[in-house]
Amino acid sequence: MATVLRTYEPQFWDRFYLPALVQGLMITLTRIFVRKETIQYPERKHVPLEGYRGLHRLNKHPGGRIKCVACEMCATTCPSKAITIEPSAATWDEGAERYPVKFEIDLLRCIFCGFCEIACPEDAIQLTEIYDFSSYSRENLIINKEGLLKVYDVTSKGNIYQRQNRGEKVEIPISL
Amino acid sequence: MDTFGILIIVVKVVLVFTFTLVGVMAMTLAERRIAGFIQYRHGPNRVGFGGILQPVADGIKFLLKEDIIPANANKPIYLLAPVMVMVPALMTFAVIPFGAPFEMGGRIIQLQVADINIGLLYILALTSVGVYGIVLGGWSSGSKYPLLGGMRATAQLISYELAMGLAIVGVIMISGGLTFNQIIAHQQETGWNFYKQPLAVLIFLITIFAETNRLPFDLAEAEQELVGGYHTEYSSFKFVMFYFSEYANMITSSAFMVCLFFGGWDIPFVDEFALGGWGVLLSVLAFGSKMGVFLFLYMLVRWTLPRFRYDQLMRLGWKILLPLALFNVFLTGLFMVLFG
Repeated sequence: MATVLRTYEPQFWDRFYLPALVQGLMITLTRIFVRKETIQYPERKHVPLEGYRGLHRLNKHPGGRIKCVACEMCATTCPSKAITIEPSAATWDEGAERYPVKFEIDLLRCIFCGFCEIACPEDAIQLTEIYDFSSYSRENLIINKEGLLKVYDVTSKGNIYQRQNRGEKVEIPISL
Repeated sequence: MDTFGILIIVVKVVLVFTFTLVGVMAMTLAERRIAGFIQYRHGPNRVGFGGILQPVADGIKFLLKEDIIPANANKPIYLLAPVMVMVPALMTFAVIPFGAPFEMGGRIIQLQVADINIGLLYILALTSVGVYGIVLGGWSSGSKYPLLGGMRATAQLISYELAMGLAIVGVIMISGGLTFNQIIAHQQETGWNFYKQPLAVLIFLITIFAETNRLPFDLAEAEQELVGGYHTEYSSFKFVMFYFSEYANMITSSAFMVCLFFGGWDIPFVDEFALGGWGVLLSVLAFGSKMGVFLFLYMLVRWTLPRFRYDQLMRLGWKILLPLALFNVFLTGLFMVLFG
């Protein structure tokens, strides 16, 4: 099918450029009253979409026991080798043969690709919506098992930014 | 002159000076806020009371910056140029009456620093002097881009000054005087000039944009092409002086526009003199708000129109505005002869 190109022939008044100029000014003027796109950050926070890959967490079973069985699949698949796991034998009472004694993620190395999440056979490690964690020291940005479990506690009650925007006080485990 | 007279003049000078300084500060903030609004942003709104102290913060920042003089610069001229821009920018407002005259202590006080009998020419002359500073600043920096910026400023000046001057001639012809008081008094008697001189208003509006180096005629600055143009090599407070004078010129030219075509401090259908002190206050407010409209227009145009090309600017100046301005003078003369 042939495409019809619409050509523009300037009319008599168009040659003065003034009608177009006034039109343009009116457009600019109306833009002033349009809703602002900026989110005023510390007071209001952007809520990321579902599936956002932010800070990690370690999930727990309903009983409160850690889901991780220290299989080290996540550590193996991690392209930036950010995960360090130290496994230990668990008694049968605890429901799993192994559990991690130490589970550390170096957040400065992590590239937030989400491979660990995909590799995990137990759905134990997960990436959350948290994006505004920061610290003045490198040590603070190596998050340990306790920290990761604390992230689970914070994020399991719903999107933390939605809650913060509602005025709830939610602390992110990593702080300055 | 007695002590009282001198005192009045000193008070007026201080008043106008501070008004210009505060006006420029407010303008820089307003410009950034409105630019933000137009682009769906908030603009600076954090420094003190919703952003009101932003200009102060900017000023302190500029004062603390390193003052660099390029090795290639022609030092005396390089140092002189910002002053040559700033001084005329501060001086021009002196002849503009910003309110109705009132009586105090047995004498009539004009709300105007100097009522000189060539007020219009004084402003035209001083704004042209200001361009010298830009040209010299660009030339003395010893760098390519400022030189181009300065050169463009010269070309722009000669293309626009003529049309600007001729646009004013129409007003001078119908009001029969070169002082602002005469022009405003004439407008109070017979109605504002803008509907008597519509063509002149248009030409004057376009030329003051060129005169103050604002978009769409900011060829001398042209951030994208010339890295900031004539003030590329200026830093710290010398840069502020250029920046300051640009805004001061905007304020003055808006005031000029208001005085020439929109009745100055005149409030339509109101006799300011009958209202006493309130009349004076209202007239100052009226003048301020009329100026505000034009200052707002400056910003609106800046975020609407793209920059003119060098040759387009020349063509507009020489081939369109100048003949139109001449035609306007002719037309005014014709009307005056035919209808008295």
